[in-house]
Amino acid sequence: MTLTVVAWTVAGWLVLVGALGIVRSRDLVHTVVALSVAQSGTYVLLIAAGFQRGATVPILGAGGAGSSPVVDPLVQAMVLTDIVVSATVTALLLALTIQIAKRHGTVDPDELRALRG
Amino acid sequence: MNTVDVLAPVAVTGPVLLACLVLVAGRWLPRPVIDAVALAGAVGLAVCGALLVHATLAGDAVTWLGGWTPPPGAHPVGIALVVDPAAGGLVVLVGVLAAGALLFSWRYFASVEARFHGLVLLFSAGMTGFVLAGDLFTMLVFFELMGAVAYALAAYKIEEPRSLQGGLTFGVVNSLGAYLALCGIGVLYARTGQLSLAYVGETLAGARPDGPAVVGIVLVLVGWLVKAAAVPFHFWLADAHAVAPTPVCVLFSGVMAPLGVYGVVRVSAVAAPEVPALRGVLVVVGAVTAVLGAVLCVVQRNLKRLLAYSTIAHIGLFLVGATDGGARAWLVYLAGHAGVKAALFLLVGGLLARFGSVDEIDLHGAGRTGDPADRVAAALYVVAALALAGLPPFGAGLGKAALEESVPGALVPVVVGTSVVTAAAVLRAGLRVFYGVGPRPERRVDLERTSGEGEERETTGRLRHATATMLAAPALLLAAAAVVGVLPLIGRVGALAGERLADGGAYRAAVLGTGAVAGAVPEPVSWHPPGVVTGVLTTAAAVVLALLVLVSGRVPARRRRPVRRAIGPVVLGLERLHSGHVGDYVAWLLFGAAVIGIAVAAPTLG
Repeated sequence: MTLTVVAWTVAGWLVLVGALGIVRSRDLVHTVVALSVAQSGTYVLLIAAGFQRGATVPILGAGGAGSSPVVDPLVQAMVLTDIVVSATVTALLLALTIQIAKRHGTVDPDELRALRG
Repeated sequence: MNTVDVLAPVAVTGPVLLACLVLVAGRWLPRPVIDAVALAGAVGLAVCGALLVHATLAGDAVTWLGGWTPPPGAHPVGIALVVDPAAGGLVVLVGVLAAGALLFSWRYFASVEARFHGLVLLFSAGMTGFVLAGDLFTMLVFFELMGAVAYALAAYKIEEPRSLQGGLTFGVVNSLGAYLALCGIGVLYARTGQLSLAYVGETLAGARPDGPAVVGIVLVLVGWLVKAAAVPFHFWLADAHAVAPTPVCVLFSGVMAPLGVYGVVRVSAVAAPEVPALRGVLVVVGAVTAVLGAVLCVVQRNLKRLLAYSTIAHIGLFLVGATDGGARAWLVYLAGHAGVKAALFLLVGGLLARFGSVDEIDLHGAGRTGDPADRVAAALYVVAALALAGLPPFGAGLGKAALEESVPGALVPVVVGTSVVTAAAVLRAGLRVFYGVGPRPERRVDLERTSGEGEERETTGRLRHATATMLAAPALLLAAAAVVGVLPLIGRVGALAGERLADGGAYRAAVLGTGAVAGAVPEPVSWHPPGVVTGVLTTAAAVVLALLVLVSGRVPARRRRPVRRAIGPVVLGLERLHSGHVGDYVAWLLFGAAVIGIAVAAPTLG
């Protein structure tokens, strides 16, 4: 019980602190990393959703499931998918950040003044 | 094996395979071949969608990928694609708009490589997958695919500073929205042990919703609302539209953002049947979005941004219609709006290619060149602006008339006002640019809002004439919008699709295999005399309003000042909120998610 509570709290905390990191960010690299932090929260949340005390890894032999319970393999597949998405988006956003540094001469979001109103 | 079993997976994988082919072979193939292949793919997608609609008119169809059909009574482990007329119709819309965008860029992007075509095809696949997916996680995966491709497309002009900023903001805000949706999916999975929409709905049905169920549903809906650009999640849309290449704006405005509304309706109807507070909250969000979009539309001078705010306003109307009585009307409105708005974006793209600017003040009278092609463009623009106001027989007008018939009386002024005001703003800009109506506004350096100067051309040089494809694409899209309004078949299918989309019960029954529930056949959306009259009247009102704004420039400044003093600070305050700062946008996202969460949870749980 307590472990579950801790896991869910950590997940919520990571998402929130990542989002607040973007709000208060003064550097676009920091913004992108904060976004990744927020996403890490979703990993913890998914793993916590599939966790079962005393269960083993969900690797089943040819004979099928034995007597011992396994943790939910579905959430782990979801986390893997999620990590792939995260890698793509982070790479794309960092590439844009590099290009912004070249074209705007700054990576401080407070100094990007091209779009408004 | 029936039609749906073959076509539904092909509609998703076909464009992906074609995109890979175009990207790999694009290096060796001549440009016209790439154009033709991509265009054929988009048209094929539209045909595929039409066949899917035809196959599902009698009842929703489910196809389990890889033959993972769950045995009766067992929980599913496979991935289902679920097709109903609404989903099929949206696939048609994706195909038609992608074809329009590709046709327009035939000669437009002179220096473009095959990667543009590849990205457009991948983008179409992402949207198709989102529409057809029958479970929450598959929806999210395609949501992310369409998101990632859309960020790349928005920042396509990587040498232009504004484009980069808009693309990055779009990426950060939409990704965060997707992560909130993923949290919601995790919570719902923990609560119900299911990912399939129908099974989640079945598990939650018949009981008073508990905390986890409400939190999960709200988080998922917030994710989709970010894509729909509902207030206060709308900030990214104007920035992304102002910077994205014009053919891409067609897809963003016509179908990508409205897909957010589709997602909201689908999930709330199928998975959250027992949360009545949701409807009221969504109606309020929609109405606020419509009003705010209309107000901000009026004050823009960058034409693409102006059209973007008009899209936000119309998405607000779709949300209102979809959640409050207008189920039969809003899909027809969506289709009609998509054609008209797409034509307007392409005509603005033509201005950029001809004159190197999309600024209303800068381009005052620029369209009066006497060139026949420019005259055609001017006429098309005016017709499209009038169609946006509700001019019969265009589809936007038909959808608006049907929406006014179906929503509660208190919301009718919102629908009428929004369409009149946004169309007047669009018409005002067009009359200034194409005909030079009214005095030339003073040129000023604008610190408060984005101008339309200095945008990078999408052609190698200034075009001396608008090319045939650049005029044909908007003309065809406008004709498609007229077809939506004229063809009785579309009104009939649109009404059926909207009602079935709002009825989660039929969807759940189809997926669970408990026997198809045949719903009542709704009254088709068609022109009635009152609808025609209001359509003509709102069009006239938009024309009068636009002309009033244009001649008000002749009124002495002394007389104008009281008006400006009264409403100026409010509008200026609203504009300043749109700071272009990604941190501000994320703060609004968190605020909006919290408010919607409290508004839904308090009456449901309390």
